[in-house]
Amino acid sequence: MSIRILFFATVADVTGMRQAELDVPAGSDVASIYDRLARDFPRLIAMRSSVLCAVNSEFARSDAPVRDGDEVAFFPPVSGG
Amino acid sequence: MFRLTFDPIDAGSIRDALVQAQDGAVVVFEGITRDHARGRKVLCLEYQAYETMALKKLQEIGARARQEYQIREISIVHRLGRLCPTDCSVAIVVAAEHRAAAFDACRFAIDNIKKFVPIWKKEVYEDGETWIDS
Repeated sequence: MSIRILFFATVADVTGMRQAELDVPAGSDVASIYDRLARDFPRLIAMRSSVLCAVNSEFARSDAPVRDGDEVAFFPPVSGG
Repeated sequence: MFRLTFDPIDAGSIRDALVQAQDGAVVVFEGITRDHARGRKVLCLEYQAYETMALKKLQEIGARARQEYQIREISIVHRLGRLCPTDCSVAIVVAAEHRAAAFDACRFAIDNIKKFVPIWKKEVYEDGETWIDS
């Protein structure tokens, strides 16, 4: 299945891009997608415990399921205001 | 009214658009850009957002503020892009019949923005820059 990935702030600096399209196996969850990305961008491994995720603009836990066409975002703790 | 903007924020015009004759109090909060952080001189800040989610979260915070406090209305505008010291990064305007609820709701809004709205700031120094993840 095909998903759209978004990266922000320090996570975008590590991947060198703001977005990507990714084909992942059906039944993937947030954690497995992060693992897949960490194969290409090993610096993500050390950041894992601090990186947050959203699926379709809602905060998601690492075991949250991801479906075809979803938008999955990875980013550091927020610092707006 | 909830908005993200790359243009300067005019809190006064947000206030003028919000207040109505039945209001007895309006609280206007502006977060502004400091020229220093952690002992370093800050030349400017760069704000980046996950815009669709950030707008949704601002709307949710506004809806919760209206539910939990006796206020009539709330507006939140957050700036994105490059800001110089003294520029307004976020404006929160709360109108209510009485002042206590307006103060409380405004505090609730800024505290939740800082916790849950996907916006990030990068501090730019004379000799480098760094993302802030609080």
